[in-house]
Parts: sequence; C-alpha cells; structure tokens
Amino acid sequence: MLALIPLFPFAGFLVNASLGRRLPKSVSGGVASAAMVAAFAVAGTSVLALAGMPPGRRAVEETVYTWIASGEFVLDLTFRLDPLSAVMILVVTGIGALIHVYSTAYMHEETDPEYARYFSYLNLFAAFMLVLVLGANFLVLFVGWEGVGLCSYLLIGFWFRKKSAADAGKKAFIVNRIGDYAFVLGMLLLVTRFGTLDFQRLAAVVSAVPPEQGVCGAVSMATLLLFIGATGKSAQIPLYTWLPDAMEGPTPVSALIHAATMVTAGVYMIGRNAVLFSHAPETMLIVAVVGAVTALMAGTIGLVQNDIKRVLAYSTVSQLGLMFLAMGVGAFGAGIFHLYTHAFFKALLFLGSGAVIHALHGEQDIRHMGGLKRSLPVTYWTFLIGSLAIAGVPFLSGFFSKDEILYETFREGHLLLWVVAAVTSLLTAVYMFRLVFLTFHGERREGATGTHAGATGDHDGAIPPDVGATVHRPGADSHRQDAGSHLHDAPAAMAVVLVVLAAGSVLAGYIGVPHAIGGHNRLGEWLAPSFQVAAAEGGEALAPVEPVEEGGAAGGEAALELSLMGVSSLIALAGIGLAAFIWLRRRQLADAMASRFPALYRLLLNKYYVDEIYDAAVVQPIRIGSQEGLWRGFDVRVVDGVVNGTGVAIAAGSAVLRRLQTGSVRTYAGSMFIGVVVILGYYLWR
Amino acid sequence: MLLTLSWLVPLGGALLLLAIGNADGRRDGVIRGVSLAVAVATFALTLAVWAGFDGATPDFQFVERRPWIPAFGIDYSVGVDGISLLLVVLTGFLTPIALLSSWGSIERKVKEFSIFMLALEAAMIGVFISLDLFLFYVFWDAMLVPMYFLIGIWGYDQRIYAAVKFMLYTMAGSVLMLVAILGLAFLHSTATGAYSFDLLRLYALDIAPETQTWFFLAFTVAFAIKVPLFPFHTWLPDAHVQAPTAGSVILAGVLLKMGTYGLLRFSFPLFPEAAAYFAPWLAGLAVIGIVYGALVAMVQPDMKKLVAYSSVSHLGFVVLGICAMNTQGVQGAIYQMVAHGVSTGGLFLMVGMLSDRRHTRLISEFGGLKAVTPKLTAAFLIVTLASIGLPGLNGFVGEFLIMLGAFRWDPRFVVVAGLGVILSAVYMLWMFQRVYFGPITHEENAGLRDLLPREWAAVVPICALAVVMGVFPTLFLKPMEASVEALVQRVQAARPLRVDAAGQKSQAIGRRPEATF
Repeated sequence: MLALIPLFPFAGFLVNASLGRRLPKSVSGGVASAAMVAAFAVAGTSVLALAGMPPGRRAVEETVYTWIASGEFVLDLTFRLDPLSAVMILVVTGIGALIHVYSTAYMHEETDPEYARYFSYLNLFAAFMLVLVLGANFLVLFVGWEGVGLCSYLLIGFWFRKKSAADAGKKAFIVNRIGDYAFVLGMLLLVTRFGTLDFQRLAAVVSAVPPEQGVCGAVSMATLLLFIGATGKSAQIPLYTWLPDAMEGPTPVSALIHAATMVTAGVYMIGRNAVLFSHAPETMLIVAVVGAVTALMAGTIGLVQNDIKRVLAYSTVSQLGLMFLAMGVGAFGAGIFHLYTHAFFKALLFLGSGAVIHALHGEQDIRHMGGLKRSLPVTYWTFLIGSLAIAGVPFLSGFFSKDEILYETFREGHLLLWVVAAVTSLLTAVYMFRLVFLTFHGERREGATGTHAGATGDHDGAIPPDVGATVHRPGADSHRQDAGSHLHDAPAAMAVVLVVLAAGSVLAGYIGVPHAIGGHNRLGEWLAPSFQVAAAEGGEALAPVEPVEEGGAAGGEAALELSLMGVSSLIALAGIGLAAFIWLRRRQLADAMASRFPALYRLLLNKYYVDEIYDAAVVQPIRIGSQEGLWRGFDVRVVDGVVNGTGVAIAAGSAVLRRLQTGSVRTYAGSMFIGVVVILGYYLWR
Repeated sequence: MLLTLSWLVPLGGALLLLAIGNADGRRDGVIRGVSLAVAVATFALTLAVWAGFDGATPDFQFVERRPWIPAFGIDYSVGVDGISLLLVVLTGFLTPIALLSSWGSIERKVKEFSIFMLALEAAMIGVFISLDLFLFYVFWDAMLVPMYFLIGIWGYDQRIYAAVKFMLYTMAGSVLMLVAILGLAFLHSTATGAYSFDLLRLYALDIAPETQTWFFLAFTVAFAIKVPLFPFHTWLPDAHVQAPTAGSVILAGVLLKMGTYGLLRFSFPLFPEAAAYFAPWLAGLAVIGIVYGALVAMVQPDMKKLVAYSSVSHLGFVVLGICAMNTQGVQGAIYQMVAHGVSTGGLFLMVGMLSDRRHTRLISEFGGLKAVTPKLTAAFLIVTLASIGLPGLNGFVGEFLIMLGAFRWDPRFVVVAGLGVILSAVYMLWMFQRVYFGPITHEENAGLRDLLPREWAAVVPICALAVVMGVFPTLFLKPMEASVEALVQRVQAARPLRVDAAGQKSQAIGRRPEATF
C-alpha cells in the first residue's frame, strides 16, 4: 500500500519517458496528473487509516525487499508512515498534483516530445520525494535525497539549449553533492557507531545515552555532518547559492522545488531525527544560528532584487532559515508547521508569478510591470492572499506558523535569535509587498527603463523570445492602458489551481491555532510522537524530547504568547505599510535610498558577491591547479618524464649493446672465451 | 569442463577465423558474424557457470586439475569462487558488446581484429580461472599480445607510442611477478621437498614476515601497474585514447580488474602479514588516486582521456575497499569492479559512437547534441549517472560498501575518498553539459544520426544491467559472500601474529572493535 504512493508517479514517469514522444499533450499531461492524483488518493486513505490508530502507536511499516546485504550489514527497502511522514506525503502529493495540473496549461507551448519529457521529470521528482519522506532508514531517504537532486538537475536545465539553464542545473546538482558528501560521512559514522541506519532504532539507541557536550561526540559530529547535507538540499548558508539560480527552470518547477519538494527535505530530515539532534545541543545551536543568519541575509537580498522569481527565491531561502531556526531551538513541530503552510503560499506565489510571466510572454523584471491588477484579477487577488499569508498578517496561515516559531524561539531564551527572526519577518513583509505593488499597482511601465535590453535576455524560455519582443513589447511610446488591457489572465487550469492554493493559504493554519487565542494546536499534537522515541512494543512512549504543550498552558505563558503575537502582527502590518509608503506613494524614496548608499545597494543587489567569492576562492583555483599543476605539471612532466626518460635511457643503452651484436662469430667466440676465463679465474682466485 | 570450454571456445573461434580466407575483405560480414556468435556462446557458457555456482560455499567450484609439467609441479588447474565468478561473467558480457561496437569503426583487417579480440577474451577468462600460478602467468602475459596489436594496429594517431608504453609498463610489472612466482615454488620445495605452483598449496605455506614483504611488493607492483594505482597510471590515458573503441571497452571493463583481482587473489591472502603492514600505504595511494584522477579528469579536453582518468579515480575506490579487508570493503570492491566494467565500458562505447560520427573526441567540438540525438543522450545520461554513483544505479552500491568498509577500518581515508564522489559529479556532468546541452555550435553536429539498431543492441544491455545492479544488488552480492568472508578471515587471522611480532603496527588492518552491525 505505502509503496504504491511513490510507485504511481514512477509509473507515470516510465510511461512518459518511454512512449511520451509519440503521445499527444493531453495524454502525457493527463497521465502525469492522474498519477499524482492517484498518489494523493492513496496517501489520503493511508493517512486516514493512520489517524484511526491510537496516538503514540501511529505507525505503518512496510518492507519491500532487502536492498543491500553484505556481511552483518543488511539494509531493507522499508517505508514507514508516521505522523510526520503523513504530513509530508500529503504536502508532496497534494501540492504536487496541483502543480502538475497547472503545468498542463503553462507548458502548452512546448512541442509534444518536450512536453512529455517535462512531465516525466516532474513525475520522477515527486516519486523520489515520496521515497525520501517515506523511507524508514537513512539509506532509503538518501535514495530520494539524491533522486530529487537529479530531477532538479534535469528540470532546472529543462531548456537545455540555454547555457544559463544548463549551468544552473549543474550548479544545483554539484552544490547538493557537496552537502551529500558530508551527509554520507554522517551516515557512515552513525552506522559504524550505532550499528543501524533505521531511524527508530537509532533514536532508541541514542536516547539511552545522555546528551553530548561539545561537537566531538559521535552524535554531535554525525548530526553536524547531516546538517551540512541539509544546508545543501535546503539552501542554507553556506550552500544556498544554487537555489536562486534554480529559477532558470520553468516556473512550475520552481514552485515544486521551493514549496512541495526538495528544499523541505533538509528540514524534514532534522524533524525525522529529532531525537538524534536533541542529543547534540551544540549542533542544535549551530542549526538555529545558521537558520537565523540565513533568514536575515536572504531577506536583505530579497529587498533589492528586480526579477519576480528571484525575489521569491530569496524569500524561500529566508523562510527555510526560519524553519531551521525552529528546528534548532527544538521546536520541531513549529518548524514542520511552517514547512506545511509555506508549501501552500509559496506554491501559490510561484504559480502566480508564473501566471504573470505567462501573460507578459516571458517578462520577469518587475521594473517593467505595474498596473497588472486590472488585467489579471485572478492572479492579482490570489497573489495578494499569498503575500499576506507569507508576511504573517493575522489569521492567515503564515501568521500561525511563523508566530509559533517566534514564540518558541523567545520561550527557549534565544532573545537575539528572536530579534533576528522578527527583523526577518519585517523584511519579508516589505519585500513581498514591494513585489505586489511594483507588479500589480500603479501604472504599466514596460520598457520604461534603460535596462530593458538586458532584461529581455532573461526570458522564461517557454515562450519563444521573438513573440514577446515583437507582439507584446510595444515601445515606451505606446498607450500604456491599451498595453495592459489585452493581457490574458491565467487560463482555467491555472486559475483553478491558484484559487485552490489561495484557499489553502488562508485556511491551512487553522490546524494549529495556538491555545493562547482559544485554539487547539492539533498539528503539534499529531506530530509530537514522531519527535520522540517510538513506543516500545506494548509500552508507553519513552521520555518525550520536547515538552508536549499541555492543554491549559500556564496563564503567564499565554499572556507572553499573546503579546508576542501582537508584536509580530504589528511587524507584519508595519512592513506592509512601509512598503506601501515607499512603493505606492514615494517611489523616488527607494531610488534615493539606493543612490544614498550605493555600496550597500550594490552589495545586496549582487547578493553579497558570494557566488563571485566561491568562484575565485574555490572553483578557479581547483580548475587551474588541476589543469596546470596536476595534469600538465605532474602527470605529463614528472611521471611521464620519468617513464619516457627511462625509455630514452634504455634506448641509449640498447644502442650501445646493439653495437656489440656485431654478428661476427669470431667476436662472439672471443667474448665467450673472455667470459670463461673471468669465471674460471673468479673460482680459482677464491 | 565448463570452465575449460569457456576459454577454449573463444580461442577455438579465433583459430576458426584464421581458417576463413578473406582476401580484400570480401568475407568481412561472415567474420563479424562468426566472431559475434562465438562471443555470445562464450557469454552463455559463463552464465551457465553462474547458474551452476553454489554461493553457500567459499570453495573453488568447477575445479579441473591435470598435470601439465609434472617435473616442476605445474598443473593445468582451473576453478572459480565467488571472487572470480562475476569477473568471468563480466568478461563474457562485455566481449560481444565490444565486438558489436567495432562493426562501425573497424573497416581494415577485420579478420585479424576479430582474431585478436577472441584471443584476448580467452586469455582474460584464463587469468580469472587459473588456480595454478604458472598457468596464471601464462594467461596474464598471453593477454598482453593481442592487446598490444589491437592498440598498435587499429588505434588512433599515436598508437605505436601508446602500445609500446602499455607493453613496457605491464611487462616491467610482470617480470617482477614472474620472479616472485618462481620464488614461491622454490619456497614450497624447501618446505615440502617438491615444487608446486598450486594456489591452494601455496596458501598453506608458512612464509616468514620478512620474506613476505619482498614477495608482496613484487606481486603488488605488478598489480598496481595494471590497476593502475597512482603513480603508475600514466600508461592508461595514452592506451585508452589511442586504442580503438572495442579495445578501450575491454581495457577499462576487464583488463584493469586483473590488477585488483590479483591483489585479492594473490597479494593479500598469500602474504597476509606483509599486506597488513602495507595496507595503509596502498590505501593512501588509492585515495590520492581517487582525488587526483578526478581532478585531472575534470580538465581534460578529450572525452576518452576524461573517462580514462575517471577510471583511475574509480579503481582507487576498489583498492581502498580491498585494503580495508573486511566484508563490506571487499564485497564493495568486487561489486565496484563489475559496476565500473559496465558503466565505464558503456561510456567508452558511446564516446566511440560519437567519435565514429565526427572523427574527433574533443569535447569542444560538440554541444547541443540532445536536440539531434535524444536516444544517445538518454543512454549516455543513464551511464553517466551510474558512473557518478547515483543510488538506484550500479555505481552507488559498490562505492557505499567500500566507504562503509573503509570507514570501519580508518575513517580518515573515507574523508578524502569521499571528495571523489563530489568531483565525479563535477567532471561527468560538466562533460555531459558541454556535449549534449546548449545550442548546436558546430554545423556538422546538426545532422548527426541517432543510435542505429546495432548500437541500440550494444547500449541497451549496459543500461539495463546498470539499473538491475543498482536495484537488486543482492543478486550479485550473495554469490560472492562466502568466498569473501573466507578471504577476510584468512587475511585477518594473520593479524595477531603481527601484533606479537611488531606490536605497534597491530591495527594496520581490520576492524574497529566497536563496529558491529
């Protein structure tokens, strides 16, 4: 049953990969979407069955076969459904299915074989992600972990003719591989030290020992290595640089990577190993700090980017940072909660941006947008809802989850981290509404700025560039109102998806309403058993890792939570107000700020030059060192020099010897005689 | 009888071809057909060996023993165990594919080419099944001759230099080995009064640790050159680049494994105490080779050279696994030998197809091929991913088991070796991108043919096997398990002696006490 969930999209992949070239679009798109819907249906029934079990015993395990067996090391392909993976499979199949449906319209301008290729990759992506979240041990998780890396490579580089797309795909895979290197070392450390890779058995073994101090213990070292792997997959410092480039892929792919799959893997992995991480307090602190710093850094970059998808990409990095902050302070439930709500509104925002790009035939620069509110009403309103949700405006989904993270951070005593998270929230509201106002409000500004020519190079390749350039890019002198009026809002398949996701972005949070405002954190309770050592056979759940929130939280805590909630609501509203003031009222203020602090502006615009630093400090030295030092220097000169030198020496020696081979019998006889004399002489002399 | 047939059939096939008159290439078609049929029949024989193989016992099976030169105790003695079984099958698998690949590229002296290929196969199988050291040496050297001619006659521009370099490098090693083999027989005669080259009898020999050192070094240098272990590797890029496609496939697929097979069959079990002493040194060279090979591969402008250097890197993993000398390490090493044979064989095959079409192997001459050759691109991608060790394909299982075994032995080696995993993605994907992605930059590439049916027939088995080995590795791990366990125990058993003798070198080989599963 569980195996069916990844199997459906995998079957879809096989169909489209083998027959897709000959299938019409309706069939290949239909097969792929149907596979996802079927997976969602199976996932839904499995989760319902899970919910019917007594809490604390909610786990279904299914061993398919023994994958690798070598000596005492035996590893089964086992899937396990528990509350945590239940949330994940619903997100992956649910949001994933919506993205598939959306794609059927969005990618319609591709040729049949390309269309089928796209959907085969998309299905494979979902299949691997499902393997990742259903795997019951590290190695099965790793199959999915590497698999989504592969699919991101294929999908980001989908428009392979474009060098930037192919580069971005390769970068995603390689940066992920760097993380995987650490991840593998972490796994090896765990298996050699604790004898198993199974999550539950590891948790049981580790919980028997007290938490470690410092980072040199096996658990601390292993979790730290695993976390480095997570920074690759989930785009955290120092391995986040691939994610903003990943928007080279088709927009629905960005939605899939950023919302439902891939980047959530790292957060999930920590949640899955909550017991392990809780036993390594130093690692936890590192996780929290890295998360917070990433959140802040990405937020500042997001403020000044001009590409609609790039802003969203940095917002993903930033939101993931908040999730890691939650994980790091031990609020695993809060982190997963935010992962879940974020899936809705980030998918919505990316797909909304896709609708904008689709309508504008490939334009992605928000400086050339504006005033789209009237011509793209569905896109506008859904995008607005998504922005309100991510900004943390009260009573939308993002509010509840982000608030829980802030509250838990504060409650655990990490005041500084709380401040960083609060500032990040402010930044989120500001850059999101900068995006909303510049895109949808005001007047249409196509081709208004001098940088237009540079921007046309960044087409979303779905649409042949010439179409956008000739038909829908009238010069700056054309009537702006007219230019706006003939734009088409999202077609039905896309519009429906946007509306569904918008509804989700509003409502998803009500599964975890805090007690302080008279709610009931059902999600937190549902997830709690997953973060503890599983109930032993017939026994009670062992010592809980994090204090499960009691039904009636103490009055003081409720007051604290309420006041923090007020603060974060104010922050969100202040951010939106600030954005409205700057980008609706005083547009020149932003430019003035930019020219006032040119160095800072350029630093942010160029993303702190991190890519450039990596290139100069790592990539080029390795490349040049390998080429000139190792290959041309050592291999060709030294080793081959020695070999060829030997050859030359032997040849020279042989030439001397050859002269002795005169062919004259008398010479030979003479030398034999001398030889005999010498040998005889030696024996006699002795 | 089965084992003897499995090398006599290709040899007989070669002799049969000799009898077919082929003036000015009129019967090229017949000759190609016959040689392919012989190779397929040989593959069937090797599969029959596998089918009849009992994985539960570590002993040699299908053993045949006849006196050959009784005066010196030389027997014709063959047999397979779990260590050699898969290598025999691999040889049987790759030879027909290599022959098939030559149909499009070898137009000259087809008859001689086919004869050399079949003779090569006979010698390679002979190497893997010999249980008599003298017989082993005969096959080992016999194999050099056809390979020398394959490179020297049908190779590319600098084939003579490459062929001579290949020959001299390998001969230098095998001369040392010959001396050591003779020495062993001599030791046997001083111990028991009779010469013997029989492997099992030599296993039973008790050799003093100091003597072991010299013997171990003599054998190991010969094998290290063959592997090739850094820094004995520079013959490999030349030989590979200059060899015809079929030669490269066999060279990478099977010949290199003879080195690692030799380490497993001779160096380690015959001289366990010396092996324990030298294992960290060998492992050190292996991990240097892993990183070094990967870095040098990364900057190669020539596809064949890139794949050749990647072999240095991959074979480094195999040596590392062997040095770890525990079940996971050795099983991973054997698995990786087979996996590398399949995926690197496949890579050379497909690089050869590109080279047949464009008569160049320079990466910069390609670009954007995905648009014109989608099938070739898909197959190349699968093999590329197999080569970089993506889970679910064949490369991962071997690499993971090797790293697991090595980690149990000494994690420091794995920390360095793991870098090879990152770098393999860098050099392979970078090449893949430059060849297949991007716009079409050279006019000639716009009209390239996609895979022909004949090429499909060569590529599909490789891709299929890569998937099967990745998804069902136990099919391959089970038959070798008993033999590997026995080997590990044999080598490990010598360890306590070492502790008594030298003390401080005690934990050079073996397992960490806390490592249990």
